[in-house]
Amino acid sequence: MYLYDQYDQAMVDARVEEFRDQARRRLEGKLSEDQFKPLRLMNGLYLQLHAYMLRVAIPYGTLNGRQMRALADIAETYDRGYGHFTTRQNIQYNWIKLEDAADILADLAEVEMHAIQTSGNCIRNISSDHFAGAAADELVDPRPYAELLRQWSSFHPEFSYLPRKFKIAVIASETDRAAMKLHDIGIRIVSNSEGEPGAAFYVGGGMGRTPMIAPCIREFVPLDRLVTYAEACLRVYNRYGRRDNKYKARIKILVHELGAEEYTRQVEEEFAHLLEQGVEPPIAELDRIRTYFADPDFEDGPKSVDRSDPDFALWVERNTVRHKHDAYVSAVISLKPVGGIPGDASAEQMRLMADLAERYSFDELRVMHTQNIVLPHVRIADLHALWSALDEAGLGAPNLDTIEDIIACPGLDYCSLANARSIPVAQRISERFAAKGRTAELGELKLKISGCINACGHHHAGHIGILGVDRKGVENYQLLLGGSEAQDTALAKITGPGFDEDGIVDAVETAAEVYLREREDGERFLDTYRRIGMTPFKEALYG
Amino acid sequence: MKILTGNDLKTGAVVWWTGVDWSIHVDDAVDAGGEADTVAAREEAARRVNVPYAIEAERIDGKVRPAHIKDRVRALGPTVRPDLTLKPADPDARDWVI
Ligand code: SF4
Repeated sequence: MYLYDQYDQAMVDARVEEFRDQARRRLEGKLSEDQFKPLRLMNGLYLQLHAYMLRVAIPYGTLNGRQMRALADIAETYDRGYGHFTTRQNIQYNWIKLEDAADILADLAEVEMHAIQTSGNCIRNISSDHFAGAAADELVDPRPYAELLRQWSSFHPEFSYLPRKFKIAVIASETDRAAMKLHDIGIRIVSNSEGEPGAAFYVGGGMGRTPMIAPCIREFVPLDRLVTYAEACLRVYNRYGRRDNKYKARIKILVHELGAEEYTRQVEEEFAHLLEQGVEPPIAELDRIRTYFADPDFEDGPKSVDRSDPDFALWVERNTVRHKHDAYVSAVISLKPVGGIPGDASAEQMRLMADLAERYSFDELRVMHTQNIVLPHVRIADLHALWSALDEAGLGAPNLDTIEDIIACPGLDYCSLANARSIPVAQRISERFAAKGRTAELGELKLKISGCINACGHHHAGHIGILGVDRKGVENYQLLLGGSEAQDTALAKITGPGFDEDGIVDAVETAAEVYLREREDGERFLDTYRRIGMTPFKEALYG
Repeated sequence: MKILTGNDLKTGAVVWWTGVDWSIHVDDAVDAGGEADTVAAREEAARRVNVPYAIEAERIDGKVRPAHIKDRVRALGPTVRPDLTLKPADPDARDWVI
């Protein structure tokens, strides 16, 4: 994985000291909250319902054991012993004191981490495929490109005050595991007819209040022009994005209002202009970055395991994914125990995951946008030992991509923007389906819950989505069906009137029953929905 | 009644205006009545509490209950982690929020 050079380290260290001074002045009463707020937000420090919340960036979700251990230490020393992994592949701490914030940033800097650009109207943490570098189906490892874009976008003076926040995802396979088309810019590394690698650009996607799927505005940008093209996309947005209206300020609205064709024309014009200016970093820099992402020394070994233990067999079946080397798999550590809080991990669990990564996965971990953790390179020969350790620690839930593997944002239990609680709904749904033993029968069923229209819980992209709304001060939940954030990206549709907390759990079960009744051979929930449409679900839900 | 709330500057903890100071217990909150905005402005200027603001609440049997669920969650703590709330041993605390 990428290691800081002296420039990266110096920049991060300098930012820590700058923030230490800003926090001191705030604590001494020399800065008002109005003056301090933009400064703390630039360092990922929010004020949430119960305390300050710190969001720490995990670039493209990749981290090593030492970093995970540092995250555990922060949870224990400064917070209440746990952290929350987010749908942006980051981690959040919910109980931070302003007095401690600079010390935390200093601790993070020691392990090459920070919280810069995890808030504000700038380019946020760049996300990627959580199986990058391991996936059997990828063209190349997308992370060097994500890292190049991270370096370009960090402290970029022109893009520090964009009309709104800006999110980029980079993938390199046909299968989309990063919700690429639901980003402000989605980049897919592709090859052209001559076999040369390049980048397809999808611009203007997003969830939130106005969900949109990004159109492809250019199918092939040569890799030695990647940054220049991204810069052109940003420049047009920065110039014409709707700064007058927060709700219309994301790039998706600009692309939609101009039309993809006109937006693309303007980008191409800017691109031509920028090419003359030579803003692209030298290709040697990309080559330098690439060396950090070289394959570890994979060894040949057994290609199968003894599955006589049914619990182990189920976990292997559910939570391991084919690797590009046939003696390895990627193993998913579920942070979704039945009735648990999706994405939460205790300091102790983080330390265990760090140990296991060092022992079994070339010291690498990944945070999935689905709020689980991946050990990307596990020898098949080590799988039983790994599973035993996870199972003993309560981290062995065999539920990847099932109805128990729910994405849920913090919702009204923590978030000041929330309308309704998300986590209790997730807990009750996973408990209900686990108790009835129906999880396996339902197969792949992606359920996603947001506590408000901002859609951090990706409800628009759930096979089943749930959106919490405020109905005259009472929590209410809308049910949505038919979304997908994979390569067959689709936006879910609302079924009809919302439900209360008990009602929404029943409604999900009703939708699942319609699926089981109507499905044909090999169909997932989403396939059945697409074939039969909304009507049978509505009839079952509302009579 | 109108009560004042905010977050403590140093710790971020949810606090309630008691008439003379700030408390982490909502039951200590007093009716700020017509003074709410003046007190909020004064306390904001004193820079002890972040963005104090007034909310509607009622006092029932000596206990204060904010009108909106969001403020009741703030008053108690996360309903999904009773151990981290101000009333970890009270089995009915969650029901009070909802
Ligand atoms: S979706 Fe809304 S409630 Fe959930 S974390 Fe985002 S802003 Fe908060």
